[in-house]
Formats: sequence, structure tokens, C-alpha cells
Amino acid sequence: MSRLTQFGNDLYTGERSFDFVGRRRTWYVIAAVFIILAIGLTALRGGFVFGIEFRGGSEFRVQSTSAVEQGTAAATAIADDAVSAVVPGSNPRVSIVGGDSVRVQTEQLTPAQTDDVRAALAEAYGVPVSDVSASFIGASWGADITRQALIALVVFLLLASLVLAVYFRTWKMSVAALIALFHDLVVTAGVYGVLGLEITPAAVIGFLTILGYSLYDTVVVFDKVRENTSEDGVESRRTFAQSVNLAVNQTLVRSINTSIVAVLPTASILLIGSVLLGAGTLRDIALALTVGTIVGTYSSIFLAAPLYVHLRQNEPEVKKQGTRTRAPRPESGAVR
Amino acid sequence: MVRSTPERKAIRSLVWLLVIIIALIAANGASVLFNNGQWTPKLALDLEGGTQITLSPQLSSGETVTPEQLERAVAIIRQRVDASGVSEAEITTQGNQNIVVSIPGEPDEATRERIQSSAKLEFRPVLLADLPSTSSVGEDGGTDPSTGPSASPSADPSVSPSAEPSVDPSAAPSPSASPTDASDLAWITPELQEQFDAFDCSELAQVGANVAPVDEPLITCEQDGSIKYILGPVEVAGERIADARAGLIASQTGVTTNEWGVFIEFDADGTAQFRAVTERLITLTGVQNQFAIVLDGAVISAPRTLSAITDGRPQISGNFTEESALTLADQLKFGALPIGFEIQSSENISATLGVSQLQSGIIAGIIGLILVGLYSFLQYRALGGVVLASLVVSAIITYLIITYLSNQQGFRLSLAGVAGLVISIGVIADSFIVYFERIRDELRDGRRVDGAVEAGWKRAWRTILISDVINFIAAIVLFILAVGNVRGFAFTLGITTIVDIIVVALFTHPMMQLLARTQFFGGGHPLSGLDPKALGAVYRGRAQFRAPVGVTSTKVASSSKEAQKRQTIAERKAAEAAGEGKDER
Repeated sequence: MSRLTQFGNDLYTGERSFDFVGRRRTWYVIAAVFIILAIGLTALRGGFVFGIEFRGGSEFRVQSTSAVEQGTAAATAIADDAVSAVVPGSNPRVSIVGGDSVRVQTEQLTPAQTDDVRAALAEAYGVPVSDVSASFIGASWGADITRQALIALVVFLLLASLVLAVYFRTWKMSVAALIALFHDLVVTAGVYGVLGLEITPAAVIGFLTILGYSLYDTVVVFDKVRENTSEDGVESRRTFAQSVNLAVNQTLVRSINTSIVAVLPTASILLIGSVLLGAGTLRDIALALTVGTIVGTYSSIFLAAPLYVHLRQNEPEVKKQGTRTRAPRPESGAVR
Repeated sequence: MVRSTPERKAIRSLVWLLVIIIALIAANGASVLFNNGQWTPKLALDLEGGTQITLSPQLSSGETVTPEQLERAVAIIRQRVDASGVSEAEITTQGNQNIVVSIPGEPDEATRERIQSSAKLEFRPVLLADLPSTSSVGEDGGTDPSTGPSASPSADPSVSPSAEPSVDPSAAPSPSASPTDASDLAWITPELQEQFDAFDCSELAQVGANVAPVDEPLITCEQDGSIKYILGPVEVAGERIADARAGLIASQTGVTTNEWGVFIEFDADGTAQFRAVTERLITLTGVQNQFAIVLDGAVISAPRTLSAITDGRPQISGNFTEESALTLADQLKFGALPIGFEIQSSENISATLGVSQLQSGIIAGIIGLILVGLYSFLQYRALGGVVLASLVVSAIITYLIITYLSNQQGFRLSLAGVAGLVISIGVIADSFIVYFERIRDELRDGRRVDGAVEAGWKRAWRTILISDVINFIAAIVLFILAVGNVRGFAFTLGITTIVDIIVVALFTHPMMQLLARTQFFGGGHPLSGLDPKALGAVYRGRAQFRAPVGVTSTKVASSSKEAQKRQTIAERKAAEAAGEGKDER
């Protein structure tokens, strides 16, 4: 018998119970600390490092080099090395253009650096410096994309809150879910800010994926909460908080299994991305997804559900619930 | 053997799933056979490379491009590219002057045109029309200023509305007379007439070269060079267009013709302006009654004004094909480029990320899938097989849908898209986990396996549906409102959400229904993952306890009276049918 199955049984009957709702102040404090750390450390590092897709940068063009004949990978590796030698820590994007030219895009360089990179590239590819042109490029992820994405995001959040409010018949679940979502996004973005990882369009797509996942996970937990609280009703011997807590405990095995199942593929991307390829898009996006999935599952249990209780506990109906047995309650929290 | 209802339902669902898969394969096969499709999804710019088109602005000497103009042009070009499919093009500026558009694959001429042309639409009244000088040697009598009728249209056109194509403009307005409205022939100064006479319609081929300020008259030709015009100042500008769409034009009697046209809808200002113009034009005769629709300096068509158009919804006709009408409608909808551009260079560009990244992504996905499978076996024993099979079915359907849309809609898979698909393994597997946990909950409550499958499904289905609805809203909203890469993401999200619902409803659940009837699963074998003993099925509803033995015994019918009482009619029937089935075997 799987130990987790036994664990699930105990959680289901209430034989074993974690007091997620009762100790909510602790979870609030932890969430607040994480959010403050994410924002604070990112600010201390000087904000996010945006990729050249967002900021624009410098572009070099090596004309008609024979290095291309060695194959794309070899030809681009030369540029990688040459640029990294001049500007350490840069992550140049190299591609072959028009069959025999190499295009190198880097973050925006100073005129002195630009000259150095031109010389380095000319030497590495064995062409005269005059065959290496340099120019500035604008952002490919322009303000228009960001603006439209933000508009879409706001519309989505409004619509989603509305749908959830109608489905659950209380707007308070929407609010709790959105707060948990906000927490997830800040903490995930914080990982980038704190580690100083470059934010690329791929990373932004990763954030959006997390946004979807976080809300999804919260909805699954809330649906069990809805089931339990509506079944219990005013007649119940459990208080509202106990009902919610039991629901969270009953979905705990699901939450654990889901997060493990979701993290296994992203973690393997992260591992393979880092080991085989080093820095790169794949690693960046996998990191956002791995962290985001864990945080997303965590916040549904530790943040969204307690917040929901917090929002509703002062309603007269909810207060009435469970009063019948307030006195002869058994000693441990959510046990019947 | 009498088949029970759930069993029949299950088989029906599986047949539907098979139909869907076969339909997808057939659809893909059709696009491979007839539309140059392929059996693998097309890859995006970052993985496959494509074509890099450099556009440089067409500027007269001394003119410069402002950063704002450039930014606006980039935004408009992006919308135009997006409108032609979900290809995740990359558009950037270079050296504060050029625009670089990178498109996956090899763009055709229509795509280039769509990107490049400025699509500046103007409505100007016709002042003078003539056969182009290139079509005849010398000037024919009608247009020769020296021999033309000398009846001079005075500065006030309303007094002598005798304007004809052959009107003699040389005698017309003295330079001192200033025109009173856009149809006023006083616009035609002797210098303008001279330019007009010298104008060669073939010059129009140089796109963007033919521009005039909005408050000045314009000399131009019909697109095919058949008629030469002098047009008055702009009456209604393209910016006033609120929406544009392409469609088949209806004839006067309301019958749809085969002619393609573009239907325009003006905003409030445009509607008022257009109304004022048409009301004035119907009072005029000859060419002055005509109204020229000018696109990028050339006249698309110059219809006669038969009645005042008050609703602000004119239509443009003029030798459109379906494709050119659609292109123009898109261009008008997203607005004109602030400046004209021409293609400076168009070159192949290699992938920025390359195959190694894609391979690693796929390897990671496979490893992830195996790990998920292992974990499922650990957790759910034999049910892990159902998880794995469901994931494989989802993978097949997702692959087919993506390939189909890649052929049909120009969808292209970027590395971010691949990563999105990998994480969707988690979301899809979650549906199974939610479902299995609900079944186990029901088993813990003391239900028999087949009853637990049905009851657990009812509850799990609600949860799966509402959470997928939320994801689907995200996909639709982002797809409609966002531009660029975000749309690609929305596309992937929408696909995986639909696949999740299809697979869990048409594969996982029917499989469970069928498996619940087998001895191994239905009997709750310890390795089946549905062992009531392991699940501690001792607790039964409101503080009533019962030994779990009754459930595991093969003689299910003999379970306690209490259990029977708690069954729904459907479940009781199902139980009876199952019992009969077993006896017959």
C-alpha cells in the first residue's frame, strides 16, 4: 500500500488534518515575506534585466565569410566566442543571413565596445574590418505588444473573475483566487529579478503559462471547497472554517500529485536545458514554469483557501454555521 | 450478454474519439494531398529561420523619419502580418530608419505587398479626366488646350457646371481666384494643367512616388493607366475609416454578384464628411460628379455619385480578386503606414535557436512523460496505465491539431510553444488525477468500484469543466486582443485545453467505465489502484461504519442493505446488469 494512499485516506476522513485555515496568519506572513523579498531584492539588483527583444541593442553584420561553410552551428559559435571575449556575460543572438553573412545581435554597446566587437568579429571570421557593419536595432517586442498584452490580461482577469463569481456564487472566491495569482506572478518574476536572469519573450510566455496554471489550480481546490461548504450548510456541526479546511485536506493528495506531475516535465527541461545547452531560452522558460508551478500549487492551498475563509467568516450565515457544536468539539482541529 | 448502460455509453464515447482522430488524420491528409501541406507542424522563426525583409522609408531629400512614425509603422505592419495567420513574425527597427520584418518560411508576393504597401486611402473629387497621353501620339483635339472650347469656366463652378472631360482648363481660373470648395475647378492652375499634360501614367509604377498634400490637388491615373485625372483636395481621409471588410458586391437589385469589393465603415466624422461631399457632388455633372478613391496615389475607381451616401458605408469596387480585396480590407482596417516603404533587401535567415534547442525540448518532454508515467504507476498502480494511455492519446490529438492548423492557419511552433506543450502534460494529467481522486473518495465512502466511477465522474467533470473554461477564456481573450508572440501562446493554450476536455471525456472516463467491469479493477485488486481496503473504505457517511470486506467480495449483490438503499436507481440497475453479466460469463 502506498504511503501516500494511506495519507490520503487519513486526510479524507479527517483522521489526520493540517490546519491550513487556522494558521492563516503564518501563511500570510510567509507570502508577504516572499513578495517583499521578490520585489526588494529585484530592486536592489537594479530591476529586471530585459533582453534585447525589449530594449533594442546593437547589431553587427559580417559580410561574405567563408566560415558559414562549416555549418550554421560552427559559424555561430565563432561569433559567440568573439563577442563574449569583448563583452563578458553578454548573450548574443547569432544567425546566418542571406547564405554567407553572419548577423550578431547584442545588448546596446558603447561606441568603444562597438569598435572592439567589430575588430574581434573581423579577426574571428578572417575578414577585413570594413566588412563588419554595425548598427542599432529597435525592440522587436515593442511597446505595442506589451500594451496589447496588458489590455488582454486585464480583460481576461475581469472575465475570469466574473465567470468564477457566477459559478461559485460568491465574488469572494474570485478575489481570493486573484490575490493568490498576484502572489504567484510576483514570486515567479522575483526569481528572474533576484537571479538576474534575462527576461526574454520566451520568459514572458512562461509567465503567462503560470498565470493560467495558477488560476486553474486554485479553481480545482475551490471546487472542492464549494462542494463541502454547500453540502455542510447551516445544519453542519462543522464551522465554515473547518469545512474549508477539510476540503483543502481532502484535495491535498490531488494537489501534491498534480504539482509533482506538472513539475516532472518542466524540471527535466530545466535540467536538460542547463546541462546540455547552458544558458538559453529553454532553461529560462523552464525555470519560470518550474518555480511557477510549485508556487501556484502552494498558494492555492496556503493562500487562496485561508483568504476565502477570511473574507467570509464575518457573514451572519457563515457565523451561524457550526455553532451547534461549538462547545463539545473534539480536541483536534478539523476532525468531526 | 446484456450490456449495461455505462458500458454502451463508454463504447459510444470511444467510437466518437476514434471518429475525431480519423477526421483529423483525413483533414491532414487532404491538406498534404491538395494544399501542399505536410505531416509535421511548421516551425517558427526561432527554430527554423525564415526570411528577413528590410524595408527602408521612401523619403524625399531632406525628409527624415521620426521615431514615432517608425513605431507606428511597426505596429501597423505587425497587425497586418498577424492578420494573415499566427506566424509569430519578428518586427524591429534598424538604425532609426529601417524596419526589419523577419517571417518564418518564404513569403509570397502577396505577403510582401501586404507588408510593404502604405495603404493610404483618400477620397478626392474628380476635377478633370482624360485618356492618358501615353495612349495617343500627341494631344487629341479634345484635350488640346489651344483648340478646346473656349467657354471659360469661371472661378465659380456653380455658374458654369459644364465641366466635361474635354473642358479647356487653360482658359479657366485666373491664378488669383482661390477655390471655394474641393470640386472647384479653380484648383486647376495653368501650371497644374501643364504638369497634367506632361504626366505619364507609367510613373505611377514607382510606388509612393505620387503624393500630394491633402489640401492640394493631385494628378494621377487609374491603376491600370487607362484614365488620367486631376483630383481635388482630400475630402475624406483614410484615417476616418472605422472598419473595413471584403465581400461580394450586391447588385442594385440585391443579387450578389461575383465581383469582389471592399466595404468601408466610416467613423462619425467620416460619415458626416462623406455625406457632405456626396450631397455636393450629385448637384454637379460630367466628371465632376465622379468621386475618386485613391490608394497610395493611384485611383482604384472613380464611381459616379448617384445619390448622397448618408450612412457612412461606401463600398469600393474595381477589379478586385478575393485575395486583393481581403488584403486591402486588412490594410484599411489597421490604418495606413505614416510613410511609404520599399523593400531594400530580402534574405534568408537561419534559426536563432537552432535544432539543438528543439531536440533538447523534445527529449525533455519524452523524459518528462516517462517520469510522469512512473510516478503514476507508483501512485495509482495499474491506473497509471490509464494515465499514460490518456497522455499518449492527448499527444496524438494535439499533434494532429497543431499540424492541421499549421497547414491551414499558418500556425508555427516556437520554442516557447514547445515548452507550453510540455507543461500542458501537467495540466492534462491533472484532470485524470482529479478524476481518480474523486473515484477514490467515493470508494472510501464505501461505494462499489463501478458506482464510484460514475459518481466520481459526475463531481470531477464539473471541476474539470470550470477550470478548463477559465483556461479557454484566457486563450480566447489573449488571441483576440494580443499581438505578436502572445497570440501564438494563446493558440497553444486553447488547443491543449480543448484536447484536455476531449481526452478526459471521450477516453479516460469511458476507459474507466469499461475497466470498472473487469475483475481486476472492479474487484479492487490490490494492484489496480482501486483497492477499497487500501483506501480504508470503512467509513461510510454520517458516522456509520461498516467492514470493508463486503465491498471486496466478488458477490457484490450481497453487500449490505444499507448500501443498496443508498444506491440510485441507475446504479442499482447497473449493479444488477453487471451481476448478470458476470453470471453469464
